[in-house]
Amino acid sequence: MNPYRRSLFIRLTSVLVYAFLYAPILVLIVFAFNSSRTNVNFGGFITHFGPLTMEGSTVIQSPCGPFHWFCELGKNREVMGATKNTLTVAFISTITSTIIGTLAAMALQRYNFKLKSFTQVSLYIPIVIPEIVMGIGILVLFSQLFTFLNGLFGITGDARLAMGLPTVIFSHIAFSIPFVTLVVQARLQGFDKSIEEAAMDLGANELTTFWRVTFPTILPGILSGGLLAFTLSLDDFVITFFTTGPGGTTLPIYVYGLLRRIITPQVNALSTVWVLIVFSIMLLLQRVQNRNT
Amino acid sequence: MNEFAVELQNVVKEFPTPEGGQVLAVNQVSMQIKNGEFFSMLGSSGCGKTTSLRMIAGFEWPTAGEIFIAGNPQGHTPPFKRPVNTVFQSYALFQHMTVFQNVSFGLEMDHVDKVQIKDRVGRSLEMVQLAGMDKRFPKQLSGGQQQRVALARAIVKTPKVLLLDEPLGALDLKLRKEMQLELKALQQRLGITFVYVTHDQEEALTMSDRIAVMSFGKVLQMGTPVEIYERPNCKFVADFIGTSNFLHGIVKSADNGKASVYVQELETEIVGLASGEVKVGEKAAISIRPEKIRLSEQSAFNQNCFEGTVSSTTYIGSDTHVYIDVKGIRLKVWEQNKISSLDPKAYYSVGQKVWLTLFHENALIMADE
Amino acid sequence: MIKRLRENKSFQGTILATPTLIFMVGLLIIPLILTLIISFGSRSADGNVIYGFSLHNYVRMFGFSTDCQNGKSTCFDPLYTQIMWRSLSLAFNTTFLVILLAYPLSYFVARSHPKRRNTFLFMVLVPLWTNFVIRVYAWMMLLRTQGVINGVLGWLAGLFGLHFLPLEMLYTPGAVLVGMVYEFLPFMILPIYTSLEKIENSLYEAAADLGANPFRTFLKVTLPLSMPGVVAGTILVFIPVMGTFIVSDLLGGKQVILVGNLIQRQFLDARDPTFGSAASLILMVMTLIVTYFYTRKFGFGEEIIAV
Repeated sequence: MNPYRRSLFIRLTSVLVYAFLYAPILVLIVFAFNSSRTNVNFGGFITHFGPLTMEGSTVIQSPCGPFHWFCELGKNREVMGATKNTLTVAFISTITSTIIGTLAAMALQRYNFKLKSFTQVSLYIPIVIPEIVMGIGILVLFSQLFTFLNGLFGITGDARLAMGLPTVIFSHIAFSIPFVTLVVQARLQGFDKSIEEAAMDLGANELTTFWRVTFPTILPGILSGGLLAFTLSLDDFVITFFTTGPGGTTLPIYVYGLLRRIITPQVNALSTVWVLIVFSIMLLLQRVQNRNT
Repeated sequence: MNEFAVELQNVVKEFPTPEGGQVLAVNQVSMQIKNGEFFSMLGSSGCGKTTSLRMIAGFEWPTAGEIFIAGNPQGHTPPFKRPVNTVFQSYALFQHMTVFQNVSFGLEMDHVDKVQIKDRVGRSLEMVQLAGMDKRFPKQLSGGQQQRVALARAIVKTPKVLLLDEPLGALDLKLRKEMQLELKALQQRLGITFVYVTHDQEEALTMSDRIAVMSFGKVLQMGTPVEIYERPNCKFVADFIGTSNFLHGIVKSADNGKASVYVQELETEIVGLASGEVKVGEKAAISIRPEKIRLSEQSAFNQNCFEGTVSSTTYIGSDTHVYIDVKGIRLKVWEQNKISSLDPKAYYSVGQKVWLTLFHENALIMADE
Repeated sequence: MIKRLRENKSFQGTILATPTLIFMVGLLIIPLILTLIISFGSRSADGNVIYGFSLHNYVRMFGFSTDCQNGKSTCFDPLYTQIMWRSLSLAFNTTFLVILLAYPLSYFVARSHPKRRNTFLFMVLVPLWTNFVIRVYAWMMLLRTQGVINGVLGWLAGLFGLHFLPLEMLYTPGAVLVGMVYEFLPFMILPIYTSLEKIENSLYEAAADLGANPFRTFLKVTLPLSMPGVVAGTILVFIPVMGTFIVSDLLGGKQVILVGNLIQRQFLDARDPTFGSAASLILMVMTLIVTYFYTRKFGFGEEIIAV
């Protein structure tokens, strides 16, 4: 009996589901090359290179040819700013939450201390409540806090404490920590403590043991956790939406804003670029992973 | 410099149980391990041998009592400050380091210079027959090879005392027997004190200069393999080491090391050696090893001689194991096959009547618990 | 202090956990408590909070409004209960549909040749890694009156000479459902795959050997063993759907208002943060109750970690 035998029903359904998953993305990419600015119907590819002319002309052309909207994207300062913000938040929150989460995972996995149950429970909460509840909570905290502090110290105008990039960063760290901790904790389950004892037996003190033996061994788990934190941060919309302010726009927020105003194929171009970058990175990671195993 | 390599004085170790109580893993254990000796702690799981070893290494601290290494009390000294090294049951090799890096780790901790490290690691690997493997990673090695790396890693630091926690447990039989001989030879060559933990009594008897038999946190008997085997001081040791027949009765006389016990079922008085405190009139057990009983067609001596019927036999090749029924008591007798015959009846047959005799020093009389 | 650290293991644990505790207490526990406190307050003239203690926000959520049209002091206004119900049923429907679609695919991948499995999984992950908002936008393009689907259908109708009336798909509850299913499908595929993949081939062979046809094998062997994955997936889908507002905002417009949208509006347009807080807490409690009973019956689903 062929172990890989699957019924026709299964195969057919799978193809349909894959098609369902990819069709919207493909449509998105195709329309990034749309010559029609209003992006309602597909007006065909821009085939001519030349000075810009669009609707109403007999020949539609653009300096970038079919890649017109990608060029527009490159000129878009807001997009660049939002990208910078997104990456900044992602890097800072990933590094911080990974370190803090790893420490927590070690604490929970190996020690018994008074606040252990409380810590464990508080780490589960962000996973089992809708993101919006946490987002609102942080918004409420900061807005009330800032109002109070501004009033207390009489700060006005530009110097006023307000929501912005820093509040976004803090909230990203907060929702990433539980996930990092979960991943690292899972990896710690199978950890053989005797290698730490061996290291100490051979003359290494606690710090040296951690750095030379424990850390390299759990590193794959830490990297997994870090990757997860990075992904969560890059992609986050809900929590960022409620904790951001002027100067704190990230890419998802920016796209959302665009979608509520004018929709040109530039949005599609942005989406396409995003998809391609993500796809390449994932491919790279797969290759690296395959080489390691 | 007359102090012992390792000494335990009235060491006690308690562990908290999940339910909130305490379990006594080591209960008033005292040992004195001499310099350069191969000392084994023998017992089944839970007897406290591993815990005792870990306390010498410094991974646990005694609840009470004191541990001395080379005469110095250790107290709460952490493992990295103790002049002992451990070979772990699971080998505990650093998977992310090469064989060379594993073995050199301890020397790095001592800030030994690179040239010396290379030299010492090389010699250490040669001693365990792993020369040339230094660039490999642990997962590329077989179980036996990994075990040797663990050994090399521990001895490269030339510790005064080497602690070994059931290091051969994961190896198959043939490899285990080979390694036993190698370890013994290594110990004699290096002159290091070995403290060896095992549950395999054959292993302990083969390799050790002295053995401590442990059960439920206590040391039952300490002595050379010959002493432990030939003169067990209690039923547990007599039964745990090798195998033993037991007869029961009342002590009739006890004088100057010799004693006699009247065994009701046999209607005979057995004369033997007293092991430990034996008082007249009290209940006693007689321990008789199967290989010490002689079988013959007719009655021989007057003392320690009685008749029985063969109930079953098992042919082992070099020996025959004969199970004899003596008035309801079943005794096992191992007899070497000094004859070579193809006739099964030559190796005792069921129902055959035989006489059993034994010299008095082969009957050990001890208090019946 | 180093000696104290070395001797006292419990203290070591506390030190390691402290940064986490600071963040969790500061940015989770305290905000939740503050939300609770505010939910008992009332709205000030400029949209701020007047602290107090009153249950009027909660009362309003459950149907008794003090903001009545006909001049009475209290009246029955089911608007908010309808919203809650809509969120609940959407979450259940989405989860149900997602399970239906995800299961065959997960099965397909789990029982495919090991060398191909990674590729199939990769194909599932790629859409997941593109941004949430972008994926919703894609459906906007598809479902619009002048969108892709209508365009294709119209072209097909033209081929057969039929007159085609464009379907009004966008800004309907159906659109929101489709969008939700699309968004969360990969979250169900992965855990179900993980638990199916653990089933060794020899189990299927054993079942066949003992006389079970494929259907019974599925019912008695495959399905029960895949339950942890289904449970994990449900948790990963149900909870976010309860709190979503983008999908309903972009695909449902003003027609489909969920609790998430309600909360969003209360906080953004300087409406009533006290009411929004109450709604937020009610949402949390609803979700926790459903999750609690669900995991009580079906277990926790350790596959969550594998994802």
